[in-house]
Amino acid sequence: MMERRLWREGSLGVAGKVWQTNWFFVLLILCLAAVGYVALYSAAGGSPEPYAQKQLVRFCIGLVIMVAIAMTDIRIIARYSWWLYALGIILLLVVAKFGHVGKGAQRWIAIGGFQLQPSELMKIFLALALGSWFQKASYEKVGRITFLIVPVLAILLPVGLILKEPNLGTAVITGAIGGAVLLAAGVRWWKFAIVIAGLAAAVPVGYHHLHDYQRQRILTFLHPERDPLGTGYNILQSKIALGSGGMWGRGFLNGSQGNLDFLPEKQTDFIFDLIAEQFGLVGSLSVLGLLLLIVLGSMLIALRCRHQFGRLVALGISVDLFLYVFVNIAMVMGAIPVGGVPLPLISYGGSVLITAMIAFGILMSVHVHRDVEFPEADG
Amino acid sequence: MKKEIMRSGIFTRRALLVAGGQIAVFGILGAKLYKMQVVDGEKYTAMARGNSVSVRLLPASRGRIFDRFGAALANNRQNWRALLMVEQTDDSASVLDAFSKLVPLSDSERTRITRELHTHQRYVPVMLQDFLTWEQMALIEVNAPNLPGVLIDVGSTRIYPESELLSHVVGYVAPPHDADLKSDPTLAMPGMRVGRTGVEGFNDIALRGHAGAQQLEVNAVGRVIRELDRQEGTPGTDIGLSIDTALQQATTNHLAGLSASAVVMDPRNGEVLAMVSQPSFDPTLFDSGVSNTQWQSWMSDPRKPLINKAAAGVYPPGSTFKPAVAMAGLSSGAIGPEEMLNCPGHFDLGNARFYCWRKWGHGMQTVTTALKNSCDVFFYQVALRTGIDTLAAYAKRFGIGADTGMDITNVSPGFMPTKAWRARQHKAWPLGDTVVSGIGQGYILATPLSLATLCSRVATGRAVQPHVARHRDGVLQTGSAAEDWPEMSMPSHYFNLVRQGMFEVINAPDGTGKIAKLALPGVQMAGKTGSAQVIRVSRAQRERGFNSMDLPWALRPHALFIGFAPYDAPRYAVAVVVEHGNAGADAAGPVARDIMTDALTLDPAGRDKPLNPPPASPLQSS
Repeated sequence: MMERRLWREGSLGVAGKVWQTNWFFVLLILCLAAVGYVALYSAAGGSPEPYAQKQLVRFCIGLVIMVAIAMTDIRIIARYSWWLYALGIILLLVVAKFGHVGKGAQRWIAIGGFQLQPSELMKIFLALALGSWFQKASYEKVGRITFLIVPVLAILLPVGLILKEPNLGTAVITGAIGGAVLLAAGVRWWKFAIVIAGLAAAVPVGYHHLHDYQRQRILTFLHPERDPLGTGYNILQSKIALGSGGMWGRGFLNGSQGNLDFLPEKQTDFIFDLIAEQFGLVGSLSVLGLLLLIVLGSMLIALRCRHQFGRLVALGISVDLFLYVFVNIAMVMGAIPVGGVPLPLISYGGSVLITAMIAFGILMSVHVHRDVEFPEADG
Repeated sequence: MKKEIMRSGIFTRRALLVAGGQIAVFGILGAKLYKMQVVDGEKYTAMARGNSVSVRLLPASRGRIFDRFGAALANNRQNWRALLMVEQTDDSASVLDAFSKLVPLSDSERTRITRELHTHQRYVPVMLQDFLTWEQMALIEVNAPNLPGVLIDVGSTRIYPESELLSHVVGYVAPPHDADLKSDPTLAMPGMRVGRTGVEGFNDIALRGHAGAQQLEVNAVGRVIRELDRQEGTPGTDIGLSIDTALQQATTNHLAGLSASAVVMDPRNGEVLAMVSQPSFDPTLFDSGVSNTQWQSWMSDPRKPLINKAAAGVYPPGSTFKPAVAMAGLSSGAIGPEEMLNCPGHFDLGNARFYCWRKWGHGMQTVTTALKNSCDVFFYQVALRTGIDTLAAYAKRFGIGADTGMDITNVSPGFMPTKAWRARQHKAWPLGDTVVSGIGQGYILATPLSLATLCSRVATGRAVQPHVARHRDGVLQTGSAAEDWPEMSMPSHYFNLVRQGMFEVINAPDGTGKIAKLALPGVQMAGKTGSAQVIRVSRAQRERGFNSMDLPWALRPHALFIGFAPYDAPRYAVAVVVEHGNAGADAAGPVARDIMTDALTLDPAGRDKPLNPPPASPLQSS
């Protein structure tokens, strides 16, 4: 054990880093991007314009970003975790003050012609910050309630800011990521039990503070016939598209729902419908399986890592990806209220793609530097 | 070291737990996909093939408008129409061709349909033709297989039973503009109309109500198999007006053939009982778009039939303004209640000479006699002593140049000048302008509605605001009781002096408005005549013996009259403006007298139920 750590103590050379890269994981990412290209090609009725080509260019930019982060020493990332966290909070504050209002919520800022959604970045920065907080903490120390004050506040601050945008879906996902990291860090079970019980009691109160459009979504979800022309119409058409795919699908570019514009925002939130309609259960289960492999692959990276920082960050990212996929697919199936959550690397849109590639880059870096030595754990 | 092993052990256990949860949730998603795509796949395939669920909006019925006694003034009538459900046809152009072979479509109709096919959302049907005859309906039904997506539906059309009689007050509806569609997408439904003017325009949102929706299962040719769900909309609010159709008719009869307008108000609460602007127009012409020739003929008519002159026509109030000047002078202390001023026939201010209408003058006058004689010189002096800004403040309290709160569209507040207004134009206020303001000339502008308001406020001493919406969904609105309106907070004996003067205008043997004396036993009217010059009369013309009757019609002065009755307990206030009618007493006085006689005879404000049986013919005045 001792000797293995020793040869990883110093930084690796570039060749060593490339050798250590998880090439299988890279392959999974490339597969997912290919699925996205096909889906966007069909969303445009069989044309690379206007979605697929643009998205491919963005993916290439994302790939460069991913490699750059992957080659960065994880200890450097750990050192700047809290700075990144602070940057995320500042961006959230900027978006609250100057952000672009789209679809009733203020969640975008434009940086050099590039639309950025700080709440997406914030989720990754939160995982980094929590990872660095627990990096040195022993199980006993984590048991102390005073030690948990900072991480809990670190979770609540961005969750509160995102709720104010208002973006209920992302706020819940951010809170869940924080919770998962705390759990993995060894926070005692009974503390979770108390928080969950408290949240359950707060739901009726919180409902009163929801924005009208959010309440509308929940009500529409509970009674889809209430608003057949609004969100209910979308859910119904989405279910028709999904269900009509059958076992083998209606064939590439033969999906009528998608082609005939029954589906709103088919290139973003409802992209999974296009896959399901054209390629049937075989296609949709394949994509679901691919996504599961990525989620579990991230978890595997976490389990193979030998420092707490890397473990917690990789687990946080795995949970983030998992929640993305779950919320999006459950939404198009009409199982949870419509939430405006896209499918990473498949949906059209730059902000989510770049954010996902940053997350993958950090995962890669965790994997490459899985055996590096951090300063000794104290207490 | 041991600690690190324990920590990583806990992490591994808990991470595996999370991973297990992730696998389980993906498993559930996969199972749900299997259920939807394979188990229920055929159901969804069928729905996709025929797109068999169709969502349709159910337009809310527009709120109706009634008169004071429940007679319908605006109502909805059902009509049969053919709609095209865009989502149920693959080739709307050929359907349109097939349809036009059965029911001929004009070129402009086809253009409209093509435009709507492109602009409307898919679930919004496009109207092909309304007012279908039985033959046309039968033809469409028989040929249904050739007309996928076409269906016959009941629509509703706005009708105005009283037509031209109330078109200015009730207003009209017209097809929505693009801006309307943006604010409320349900207006894109076929046959939807937007209130444009009058009560229809002012209360449009309340009258519209909220649309409902239905989900239908339809087969491939668009025939409805069953209704899956239905959600009724909320119909629009019914509005009961304070207008009495019988009095409106009587008033219209008295103005027939003139370019004139009149308002009858209940001075106790501001309810408008009749509001007439002549000539008028047929409000139903707007429903399906006005033809170009019709529009041209309205626009070229110098009597402006589309304008509601009773509320939007502005005129110099002339001598009908004098009661307000008297109240302003008395209340501000500029003139004492018993104080006398001399009228030698003219008033000199510096080099300028202002004439009284009576060349040889009235001699010594009090407020009361000056009103009776309509003495100009007296009011020149009162205005000068009061000052234009104080006068303006009082005039606005009486409703001249101020928003009176009238609840229809296109109401002009008129205009009351002040020094500040003149200063904004970088001009000084010459005192001569104050002098002419004393007799309602110069910059002052009033509408018949604001003159009726002035008359009402003088008659009752309450700051009533004119309004027509009396009931909403059968509920009496506040403002229909005198107590709902505040007192004017001016000494009541000043009001009495002014009312006395107005009484003598009509009832004194030498009153300037004695032509308007009522022929009813035991009831007296008080009032004031006025005439407003359209062109300026020069001193030279005046000395040559000027007669305005020699002028062409469009240059003659407007004739005005305001009055209230009964004198001791006013129930009615009336304002009449006859455009280019020359002197107020001659042209407007008899009209006002006849309108007042009918108001007192029909007495809509004095009873809550219709007269039963209705009078065979309204009492003719002498």
